[in-house]
Amino acid sequence: MKTLEFLIQRLVKAVIVVLGVVILNFLLIQLAPGDPASVLAGEAGAGDEQFIAQLRAQFGLDQPVYVQLWSYLQNILSGDLGYSYRNQVPVAQLIMERLPATLLLTGSAFIFSLILGVVLGVLAAYKRGSFGDSLIMTGALIFYATPLFWVALMAVLVFSIHLDLLPPFDMETIGANYTGWARVVDIAHHLVLPTVTLGLFFTAVYTRLTRASMLEVMNLDFVKTARAKGVPKGRIIRRHVLRNAILPVFTFASVQAGQLVGGAVLTETVFAWPGIGRLMFDALMQRDYPVLLGVFLVTAIVVVLVNLVTDLLYRFVDPRIETAR
Amino acid sequence: MSFFRRYAQNIGALIGLAILAVVVFVALAAPILYPGSPWQGVAEPLLPPFEDPAYPLGTDLLGRDIAAGIAYGARVSLLIGIISTAVAVVIGVAIGALAGFYGGRVDDMLMRFTEFFQTIPAFAMAVVLVAIFSPNITSITLAIAVVSWPPVARLVRGEFLSLRSREFVQAAVVVGQTGPRIMATQILPNAISPIIVTASLMVATAILTESSLSFLGLGDRNMMSWGFMIGAARTMLREAWWLSVFPGLAILITVLAINLIGEGLNDAMNPHLRGRKG
Repeated sequence: MKTLEFLIQRLVKAVIVVLGVVILNFLLIQLAPGDPASVLAGEAGAGDEQFIAQLRAQFGLDQPVYVQLWSYLQNILSGDLGYSYRNQVPVAQLIMERLPATLLLTGSAFIFSLILGVVLGVLAAYKRGSFGDSLIMTGALIFYATPLFWVALMAVLVFSIHLDLLPPFDMETIGANYTGWARVVDIAHHLVLPTVTLGLFFTAVYTRLTRASMLEVMNLDFVKTARAKGVPKGRIIRRHVLRNAILPVFTFASVQAGQLVGGAVLTETVFAWPGIGRLMFDALMQRDYPVLLGVFLVTAIVVVLVNLVTDLLYRFVDPRIETAR
Repeated sequence: MSFFRRYAQNIGALIGLAILAVVVFVALAAPILYPGSPWQGVAEPLLPPFEDPAYPLGTDLLGRDIAAGIAYGARVSLLIGIISTAVAVVIGVAIGALAGFYGGRVDDMLMRFTEFFQTIPAFAMAVVLVAIFSPNITSITLAIAVVSWPPVARLVRGEFLSLRSREFVQAAVVVGQTGPRIMATQILPNAISPIIVTASLMVATAILTESSLSFLGLGDRNMMSWGFMIGAARTMLREAWWLSVFPGLAILITVLAINLIGEGLNDAMNPHLRGRKG
């Protein structure tokens, strides 16, 4: 019963956040200098006032801002994200074509960085003060300080240009027309570099966090008790420390889920990955605002859902959270 | 032990400080070391590095000196890093202080607002802000500040929340000091060390964000920056690796140095936490 109440409360909050993101972006776009109608008219080579006015009326840009906002919100609720100014395609369709690529990229980067980060962090804490610990922490320090796009370029330089091991761009081999299993292998092959480069920064973050959290728990009384009882060290780390130390890492990771989208803009640019990060950037540059708003709406929904799911998972994993509220 | 002694015990932090000193020196001395504009071609194009001692890091497609570009780029990175952090700290301290000191409904509203900002992907938001207000040094600085204040607000709120019930604050209330005065003269000085540590680490993040923006072509058109150099060199990766390798190393080294300093400050200011990070 309590879980249901909690779920409803969180859902309401999630809807408010999503609405807030949409309204904020809608208003921001109004502040932008130059309106889309004149940009489009200029590109079509027709600069006369009448044509621009006609375009404005067609897109509803001649209405007052609050009317535009209201009709946009109404359309969203009925699942209509509008039409791209540029491609004359429904925005929802554009986004749905691109969303799977981004989910694949960010999802695999998230899993990659979380697993590697936790493993490295546990190793560093377990062998605290050793050469291995220093090595791991130096690596984490370096990747924490390296711009993502530069790691991507360096990876292309080494693994694609010099060693010729991995493809430097695109999601599939163009024109190969693989089907079934061969296509999966081909995509996986293309996925390696983008995933690793997007994931390395976050790996560094999770490694540091896991190590700090592990060391903190290792100082607690119940660990001393376990040690006094003669529980083997490996077992203490696995059963006693890790279980308690990993929760803050998961919390942080779920909060950070949104930041992966920002990283995806850069990764998708370098690797020509056909995802919504790139779609957003192109839409922004071309003043294709319905697409931009649509991408923000969809990412906000995904981020809010990820946070919601993690919050729910916790309540099963760690019952103490419920009593703490 | 004094603060400086404790800081000096940390070798990493000293190395960081030394590196940052070099970067600051290069940034300040750029117009003296390289009197011409960094946009001006000075030698034959695509000169590889380590061949001509006059151009140790080589030249780009238009014959521009890479070393000069890096020197001028340091100015932009440091300037944007520091100013955007200062703005973010001011916003964060103001919101966090009000929320933590007054509590109740004010706290609720301000923290909702902060949480909302934290949900929006920071980098994507910065990209939109800069693109909409046309890329120049002011819009970039403000955009980075707007996306980076929420952690400061949360931190300051926590500090204010725990400090406001302390005896010295109650004494100030009894004496009749006003709320703003108590916040500024009693509580803030006691909360300053975690703010400084957070701010130093934020400078590093701001430099990374600035370089990512200018890599995407959203930098100030009039100022040479490291991210722009890498972005422009992207298509030449196969032919001229040095165009993107050196500016990237410059970013890496600078950000690393600032992170080391931040950690050193943290250890020196909160000695009781030391064993934990160990």
